[in-house]
Amino acid sequence: MRSRMNISHKYVARSPAIAARLLGGEMMIMSATDSTFFTLNEVATAIWQAADGQTPLMEIVNSRLCAEFEVTPEQASLDAEQFVDELSRHGILLVSDEPIATPETQ
Amino acid sequence: MSLLAEMNQKALRFGVPISVHLDITYRCNERCVHCYLDHDDHGEMTTAEIEDILSQLSEAGVFFLTLSGGEILLRRDLFQIIESARRLLFNVKIKSNGVMIREADARRIRELGVEQVQISVYSHRPEVHDAITKLPGSLKRTLTAIRLLKAQGLKVSMANVLMSANRFDNAGVIALAKELGVSYTLDPTITPKMDGDRSVLNLRASAEALHDILRNRDLVSNVEESCAPPPAPDEDVMEGYPCSAGHTACYISPYGDVFPCVQFPLPSGNLRKQKFLDIWRTSPQLQEVRSIRAKDLSVCSSCAHVGTCTRCPGLAYMEGNMRGPSTADCEKSFQRTGIPSANMLRNNSTAWSGPLIQIGPAA
Repeated sequence: MRSRMNISHKYVARSPAIAARLLGGEMMIMSATDSTFFTLNEVATAIWQAADGQTPLMEIVNSRLCAEFEVTPEQASLDAEQFVDELSRHGILLVSDEPIATPETQ
Repeated sequence: MSLLAEMNQKALRFGVPISVHLDITYRCNERCVHCYLDHDDHGEMTTAEIEDILSQLSEAGVFFLTLSGGEILLRRDLFQIIESARRLLFNVKIKSNGVMIREADARRIRELGVEQVQISVYSHRPEVHDAITKLPGSLKRTLTAIRLLKAQGLKVSMANVLMSANRFDNAGVIALAKELGVSYTLDPTITPKMDGDRSVLNLRASAEALHDILRNRDLVSNVEESCAPPPAPDEDVMEGYPCSAGHTACYISPYGDVFPCVQFPLPSGNLRKQKFLDIWRTSPQLQEVRSIRAKDLSVCSSCAHVGTCTRCPGLAYMEGNMRGPSTADCEKSFQRTGIPSANMLRNNSTAWSGPLIQIGPAA
């Protein structure tokens, strides 16, 4: 059984090895490394767009998800945890205990 | 329906050009006998012009970007262009003959996050491949490039154009692709040259070759289904449109000319004079292409194959009428099923009479 991720001290960043485009409110994402293709719903799109490597994931959950999508902090945390876990396994999101430097922040 | 097909449907619904093929040069270091391009530079777009267009394409919603030519490595700014495209988060595929790719180039292509590299290979035999490219030693250099790209972990596809000169070599190229761990695509399309010269069509493979190819289980995943008689068309078929050209895809030349597809030379605007979205939304030519439904086709609407034919409107346009038949596709439908097309019956002909068409690889 996989252990649950504690998101309270995590940082997330978009991998540079992906392609992405917003189409009709849905984010299309394809990994350049394994060609896995995803579409993200609005909640996942909000997390992905906010994943700048500098903003703590918990702050993204509180400021974006709870504020914009009328979900409880518990539900938002659970959704974020599942989403980040899945996309990080495909190398689409980078996860770290420290802020992450990306080409956008350098 | 796959997720990708769903996104294509969505792009169609929203009128989004989800795929663009951008040729950045027509210059080439090979002189392939079947090539439809001239190889002179008539005023290619500059790096700045291309980067501006990439920005416009990103804003228009383009996701899949194919960079091709000519030979793209002849552009000294190639990696700057790819870098700009990747910064804008395009899914980038590049097409090359591989001759100029060295280890450092392969590494850079991987670092930039190119999703796929398509390399042209005409035969597993150097004497055949090199005679087609007219560049001695080209097969050896091309295969070296494929190995370098694979060593970087890149996804590589081998594109094999079928013609009379390499008619018997596709099995050898498939074996080579398997050995190198790359995918394989057979393309039997030979189109007239840009200057209207149709002599290259004499290079096309025979009807017999096409018949065999359409039954080749290495290329067609379900031969029985593919070669079965076509079902009667329903209303959805008659209201359907032929392909993505001008609907969710288009082609841009090195001079900024916009066309519905690389194989559909209907000038629809120029990016040195207009913004991309203006052309995409308001070009009368693109609007005309989009207006055509199967029921509007002058001959094909009454053809038994109307629901299953891979009719290419670009090839039909090159034959004189974008609403007319593409004789190459008539031939393909005939060779698949043994049933003549309406156009063949009208002309009382079941003989091969047009350029070949593109078929996809086995799944």
